[in-house]
Amino acid sequence: MINIVILTLLVVIAIAIIRMKDLFAVVMLLGIYGLLSASFFVAMDAVDVAFTEAAVGAGISTLLMLVVISMTGRREITTRHKPFSALFVVAITGFLLIYGTLDMPYFGSADAPIHGHVAPRYINDSMQEIGIPNIVTSVLASYRAFDTFGEVVVIFTAGIGVLALLSVVRRPEDPEQIAVINDSMHERHLVIRIIAKILIPFILLFALYVQFHGDFGPGGGFQAGVIFAAAIILYTMLFGLSTARRVINQSLIRLVAATGVLLYGSVGLATLLSGGNFFDYNVLANDPIAGQHLGIALIELGVGCTVAVVIIIIFFNFAARREMQLNNKKQHQDKKNKESSSC
Amino acid sequence: MIAHLPALQVHLPVLQVIIPLMAAPICLILKRAHPVWLFALITSGLAFVISVLLLQQVMTSGVISYELGGWQAPWGIEYRIDKLNAFVLLIITSISTIVLFAAQTSIEKEIPKSKHTFFYILYLLSLTGMLGIVATGDAFNVFVFLEISSLSAYALIAMGKDRRALWAAYQYLIMGTIGATFILIGIGLMYQMTGTLNMEDLSQRLPEVAQTRTVFTAFAFVIVGVCLKLALFPLHLWLPNAYAYAPSIVTAFFAATATKVAIYLLIRFTFTIFGLSFSFTTIPLQTLFMALGLAGIFIASTSAIYQKNIKLLFAYSSIAQIGYMIVGFSISSVTGLTATLLHMFNHALMKSAIFLALGAVMYRLGNVQLSSFHGLGRQMPFTMAAIVIGGLSLIGVPLTVGFVSKWYLLLALLEQGWWPVAVLILLGSVLAVIYVWRLVEVAYFKEPLSDQVPVKEAPMFFIIPIWTLIIANIYFGIDTRLSVQVAQAAAMSLFGVTP
Amino acid sequence: MLMGLFNHWVVIALMMIGLYIVIAHGNLIKKIVGLTLFQTSVFIFYISMAKVNGGTAPILADDIIQYSNPLPHVLILTAIVVGIATTALALSLVVRIKETYGSIEEENIQDQDNQTFEQSNSQKDSKQEKQA
Repeated sequence: MINIVILTLLVVIAIAIIRMKDLFAVVMLLGIYGLLSASFFVAMDAVDVAFTEAAVGAGISTLLMLVVISMTGRREITTRHKPFSALFVVAITGFLLIYGTLDMPYFGSADAPIHGHVAPRYINDSMQEIGIPNIVTSVLASYRAFDTFGEVVVIFTAGIGVLALLSVVRRPEDPEQIAVINDSMHERHLVIRIIAKILIPFILLFALYVQFHGDFGPGGGFQAGVIFAAAIILYTMLFGLSTARRVINQSLIRLVAATGVLLYGSVGLATLLSGGNFFDYNVLANDPIAGQHLGIALIELGVGCTVAVVIIIIFFNFAARREMQLNNKKQHQDKKNKESSSC
Repeated sequence: MIAHLPALQVHLPVLQVIIPLMAAPICLILKRAHPVWLFALITSGLAFVISVLLLQQVMTSGVISYELGGWQAPWGIEYRIDKLNAFVLLIITSISTIVLFAAQTSIEKEIPKSKHTFFYILYLLSLTGMLGIVATGDAFNVFVFLEISSLSAYALIAMGKDRRALWAAYQYLIMGTIGATFILIGIGLMYQMTGTLNMEDLSQRLPEVAQTRTVFTAFAFVIVGVCLKLALFPLHLWLPNAYAYAPSIVTAFFAATATKVAIYLLIRFTFTIFGLSFSFTTIPLQTLFMALGLAGIFIASTSAIYQKNIKLLFAYSSIAQIGYMIVGFSISSVTGLTATLLHMFNHALMKSAIFLALGAVMYRLGNVQLSSFHGLGRQMPFTMAAIVIGGLSLIGVPLTVGFVSKWYLLLALLEQGWWPVAVLILLGSVLAVIYVWRLVEVAYFKEPLSDQVPVKEAPMFFIIPIWTLIIANIYFGIDTRLSVQVAQAAAMSLFGVTP
Repeated sequence: MLMGLFNHWVVIALMMIGLYIVIAHGNLIKKIVGLTLFQTSVFIFYISMAKVNGGTAPILADDIIQYSNPLPHVLILTAIVVGIATTALALSLVVRIKETYGSIEEENIQDQDNQTFEQSNSQKDSKQEKQA
C-alpha cells in the first residue's frame, strides 16, 4: 500500500513542477521528488539505490541548481510554448510504453523472466565467490566492475567538463583581506557556524564509515564520496569560498580526482599483470576470497576519492563563477558611479 | 617485461579501451599543454596499433571474446570483437590519431590557453567512450560508455569560440540525454523479458519472446534513441549547429566518428541482438528507413546549398551522407550492408579531411564564411585543393573513395531491382555537385575582396594530416581490396553467410 | 491486470510529465528539471521491475529465503551517477549561456541568434555587391 501513497505524492509533485513559475520552488519540489523516490526505493528493497538517490537527487543536484538560480534569476518567463507538438510526442511515447507493459510480467511476481537466468547466481553464489553479504556491492564491484569503472569515468568527465566551461583564473588572494572578511562575518551566522564546526567531524567520520561498511550494508564509495563532499560544501557555504580554498588546495584536489580513476584502473592493470583477466581480483592474493576483498576495497577507495573530489570541484567552480560575476558587477557599478560623479 | 608482451595479446580488446581511458587522468597530472598533447597523440597512436592488431586477429581467427573480471559471459561483462566492430574501431582510432596531429596548432587560436589541457583530456575521454561502445558485448555497458562519449562531446562542442557553440551544446545535451534515456528504457524492457544484458545471450533469448508487445516497445525505444544520436532525419536538428560552432578539431573528429558509432549501434541492435527476421519482417523497418534516408539526402543536401557558413554547409552534407548509409542499411542485403560499412569508412576519410582543411582556413582567416573564400584557391593552394578533392569524393567521382561506396550502393539497389531509388541516389549526387561547386567557384574564379588581407598557406601541422587523409581518399578509391574485403566479410558474418 | 500493471502505468505517467517539461518549456533550468524528472522516473521503473513480493533487500542474512533482484539496483546506481554528471554539465552550460546571451529563455536566445545570423549574412552580401 505504501508504494501507492508514495507514487500518488510523486504525481502531485510532478504536476506542481509543471505549474510553478518560481524556479526556486521548482527546485525545492525537485528535491522533494528525489527524496520521495528514495523512500520508494526503500519500499522496493533497493536500499543502496535509495541511499544514493537521497544523497544525489535531494542533496547535490538541488544544491547545484540553487547556486545556478542565484546567478540566472528565479522567474520563469512563459513565452510562447509549443504545447501541442510536445503533447503529441508525449502522447505517442506514453501510449507506446503502456502498450509495451501489456505483456509485461505483473509487478512483484517472483517467476518473471527478469528474476531468472542471470540474477539467481548473484544471490546464490556470491557468498562463496566474493564473500561479502551485500549482493549489490558484489555485483557492482566485481561481477560488473567495468560498469562501475565507466561510472567513475563519467563523473570524472563531468568534473573536467565543468572545469573546461567555468574555471576562472584567479588572482592570488591577500590573506589579510580574507581575515578582515572573516572577522566582519563573524557576527553573522554565528550559531550555525559553531554548530557546523561541531558537526563536520562527525559527517566526515560517517563518510568513512559508509566507505568501509559498504560490504555489509548499504553504502560504498559513491555514497561516501558524496557525504564527504557535503561536509566540505557545508564548510564552504558558512566560511566563504576564500577560506575554503585555503583549506583545500585546488591543484591538489585535481590530482586526487585523477588518482582516484588511476587507482581503480591500476587494480585492473595489476590483475592483468598477475595473469588474470582485467578486474579478475582472484589473482590478487593467494586465496581468491582475500583477493576479491582486496580488489573491492581498493576500487571502492578509488570511487570514493574521485566522487568526493569531483563534486567539490564542481561546487567550487560554480561558486567561484558566481563570485566573479558579483565582482564584475561591482566594478562596473563603481565605474558608473565615478563617471556620474565626475560629470 | 618484454617476455610478457606476447601474453598481453590476449588482453588486446580491453587494452583498446583502457589505454586512452587511463591516459585521460594522467593528462590531468601532466598539466602542461604541450606534453599533454604529445602524450595524447602517442596514446591515440597506440590505440590505432591495437586496433590494427585486433582486425588482423579477427580476420584470421574469428570472433574474440574477452571476459572482464574473469566472470563468465552473461554474469560478467564481455568484450566481443568481431569483424564489424574491429572495422569500426580501426576507423575511430585512425581518424582520431590523424586529427589529433593538427590539434595543437588549431586550438591555439580557437581556445584560451588555460583550457588546452582540459581539451585534450575531454578528447581522450570522448575517444574512450566511442571505443567502449563499439568494443563491448553488453547492452548496459553500451549505455555507460555512450554517456562518457556524450558528456565529453557536449563539453568539447561548448568550447567553440562563438557563443552559439554554447547554445548548440545545450541543445545537443538535451536531445542526447533524451536519446540515451530512451535506450536505457529499451534495455530495461529487454532485460525484463529475457533476464539478461549480454548481447549474444539476448540474441538467443529474444526470439522466444519476440511476439510480445513488450519486446516490440523495447525495439522501438532503442531504435529511436539510437536515431537521435545518429541525427537521422527528422531527428537531426541538433547536429548542424553543433558541428558548425564547435572547435575545428572537434568537428573533424566527430563528423568522422560520432555518427559512425551510432550507425554501428543501429546495425548491432537490429542485426545481432534483435535479429534479421525480427527487425526486417516483423516491423516495416525497411520502408521506413528507406524513406527517411532518402528524405534526409534531399532535404539536407538542399539546405546545404543555401548555407553561407561553410562548416554549416558541410554539416548539412553530413546529414545527407548519413542518409546514404541508412539507405544501404535498409536494403538489408549483403551488398547493401557492405555499401553502408564502406561508406562509414570512406565518409570518415573525406569528412575529416574537409573539416581539417576548414580548420586550416579558420586558423588563417578566423572565420569560414563563404565570402572569405574569395580567391583563396591561390592563397592557400594545398588546403583548397584538399577541400576540392574531398568534395569530389563526396559527390562520388571515380578514383575517389566516394565512388566506391556509391557504386556498391547502386549495385545493391539494382540487385533488388529498385532502380527508381538508384536514380534518386544519383540525383542526390547532383545536389552535392551544386554545393561543392559554389565553394569552388568562389575560391578559384573570384578575385580576393579588396578589404581582405592576403593570407599564407596553412602551417605544416595542418597540411600533413590533411594530405594524409586526401591520399587515403585516393588510394582507397583505386585500390579497394582492403576496405571492400573487410566490409564484405563483416557484412557476410552479420547475415550469417560464410564466405 | 489493473493491479498488476498499475504501478508501471503511474511510473510511465511520471516519465511523460518529465518529457513534456523538457519539450514544452522554454526556460533552460526548467528543461533540466524536466530531464531530471524523466530520468528519475526511469530509475523508479527499473527498481519496480526488481521487486519480488515478499522479498527483502539483497543483503545476505541467514533466515531469509526471498531476495529482490540485485542487478537492476546496480544498474540504477550507475545511472544515477550518470544523471548527476549530466545535470552538472548542463547547469554549467546554462551559466555560460546566461553570461553571453543575458537570458535563459529559449525564445530569447533563438531570436538573438537569428539576428546575428541575418546581420552577418547581409553584411557579407553588401560587401560582395560593393565588390561587383
